[in-house]
Amino acid sequence: MRNIRDTQLLFDLSKPGSRGARLPASDVGEQPIEDLLPASALAATLPELPEVSEPQVVRHFTNLSTQNMSVDTHFYPLGSCTMKYNPKRNERAAAMPAFAALHPYQPEETLQGMLHVLHEMQEYLQEISGLPACSLQPAAGAHGEYAALLVAAAYFKDLGEIEQRRKVLVPDNAHGTNPASAVMAGFEVVTVKTLTNGSVDMVDFHAKLDDHIAVLMITNPNTVGIFEPAMAEIADAIHKRGGLVYLDGANMNAILGVTRPGDFGADMQHYNPHKTFSGPHGGGGPGAGPICVTEKLAPYLPAPVVKKVDNPSADTDKTADCPLPTAHYTLDFDRPKSVGRVRGFFGNVGVLLRAYCYIRTHGPEGLRAVSENAVLNANYLLSIVKNLLPIPQGDRCMHEFVASASPLKKENGVTAMDLAKRLLDFGFHAPTVYFPMTVAESIMVEPTESESKETLDAFAEVLSQIIAEDADLLHEAPHTTAISRPNEVQAARQPVLNCPCG
Amino acid sequence: MKPADLHFAKTHEWVSVAEEDGSQVATVGISAFAVEALTDLVFMELPTIGKQVSAGEPFCEVESVKAVSDVYAPVSGEVIAVNETLPDTLEKLSTAPYGDGWIAKIKMSEEGLGHLMDYDAYQKQCSEES
Repeated sequence: MRNIRDTQLLFDLSKPGSRGARLPASDVGEQPIEDLLPASALAATLPELPEVSEPQVVRHFTNLSTQNMSVDTHFYPLGSCTMKYNPKRNERAAAMPAFAALHPYQPEETLQGMLHVLHEMQEYLQEISGLPACSLQPAAGAHGEYAALLVAAAYFKDLGEIEQRRKVLVPDNAHGTNPASAVMAGFEVVTVKTLTNGSVDMVDFHAKLDDHIAVLMITNPNTVGIFEPAMAEIADAIHKRGGLVYLDGANMNAILGVTRPGDFGADMQHYNPHKTFSGPHGGGGPGAGPICVTEKLAPYLPAPVVKKVDNPSADTDKTADCPLPTAHYTLDFDRPKSVGRVRGFFGNVGVLLRAYCYIRTHGPEGLRAVSENAVLNANYLLSIVKNLLPIPQGDRCMHEFVASASPLKKENGVTAMDLAKRLLDFGFHAPTVYFPMTVAESIMVEPTESESKETLDAFAEVLSQIIAEDADLLHEAPHTTAISRPNEVQAARQPVLNCPCG
Repeated sequence: MKPADLHFAKTHEWVSVAEEDGSQVATVGISAFAVEALTDLVFMELPTIGKQVSAGEPFCEVESVKAVSDVYAPVSGEVIAVNETLPDTLEKLSTAPYGDGWIAKIKMSEEGLGHLMDYDAYQKQCSEES
């Protein structure tokens, strides 16, 4: 039963005098606050705080927490976001005091275990991307994009070409963060068109190519789930002009161990460890967006990076009580061409640890199987959904596909949003809708490798059932959630940013 | 203005040209089809007066609950006036896209609207896109 009483606003539940804990009267004499603090430090009025008892607070938040959907509670086919299941063992490993209780200001010799793990993580990411240098610092995927573009800018500055190279090419179905990162890094964005099947419009691409190109940012596989058919031609053309290719690694989940960005022409890439490996998803915790680059860009990476230093005098006598290790790990700050720090300390290592555990658990063959199953699941679902809704890109996909609700909208006014909202009533998180904008009424589905055939069948069955439902029922969905449809226009135009309390 | 008298760009902007002080001045807005496709609009960033714009290049932005979208200049020239009250009365884009919902006036630097479509051709494009 839903408890709607305790999920009211805490300020509505507030009753003067309610307390979580009551302390006994102090046996130390009280002093007026004015005697203890200067007038400039004193507020004119007390802060407005709700007054509630402990069980009220616990019920309030516990009940609210159950109104959420998560990968742990529901199938979550959110295209482009790769909401894969996070194995709990990775959480446990990252929470071990040996990692979690470290302080970044500890002397380096007491951080050897952590640095060792991070160094291996750099090497794994390099191997998976086919790019030989890595920075673990960026705190999120978009931050990684920005950091990599700073690296590109530093590289062109060093070559004396930064004045000439102002342009960053971005296909029109890219993530919005790509053009935003490019502008923040000081470049101009030029949009390249894509075709109905999702691939880059090569006529438009070649028309926009000139000697002012600094970087092409490309997502491959792209946001409609297509592996770019002309990837090699695109990368060659950019390199011939002296430009760099940036690979948005958001969709690495589709190609692990199958192909590598460094092998298909990328000079730089970021990872989204939460999408590709394991880590808290959107809003569930801090993120990480490590980047890998080619040899020639390596000197410009954010400093420090973790360096392995061999100990030539290491004890080879295994019988010694305390043999010297064969190597130690150090934070390398001596990188004169580096763009500098992009994050305090060493980035969000807790996230990297989860990803490290994921990589180690699966191993090379296992990671390849992850991608093969992600692609298989997406194609299986596509093969059913294509009978319900058109899929402009065709019959095959990588890890995700984009269907269109356009025919329904024309027929009876049912939109992608209506279908998405109605799915919530059946216990499925909604797919991504209205992205990419290149497909009208788009519904972007990404099942990930975590899901069983039974779950995929159940989802397709519900979708089929919903499509046959009455339009008015769909317009008003969801019918079973605590809040149905928020007023998005009002939320954007007149947001309530502070509570009118008391 | 009647939509049938306007010219349209592929990217869904409309143009109406009149002579003002001896120059060709284009009044520019976005089509009813575009407004509907954008869904609920929440913000608009007008171009600045005096800005030089080129046909086919973005010159201002509209933001809906779905996304931020560029508005492309349908003609080249200088922005000489903008609809100042529009950002606070975005409903005009829906209620009167070809009237009170105009966005800007551009003093044209190049004559001719040959690169634009008439209403019938534009309607045909819209029915293919929807």
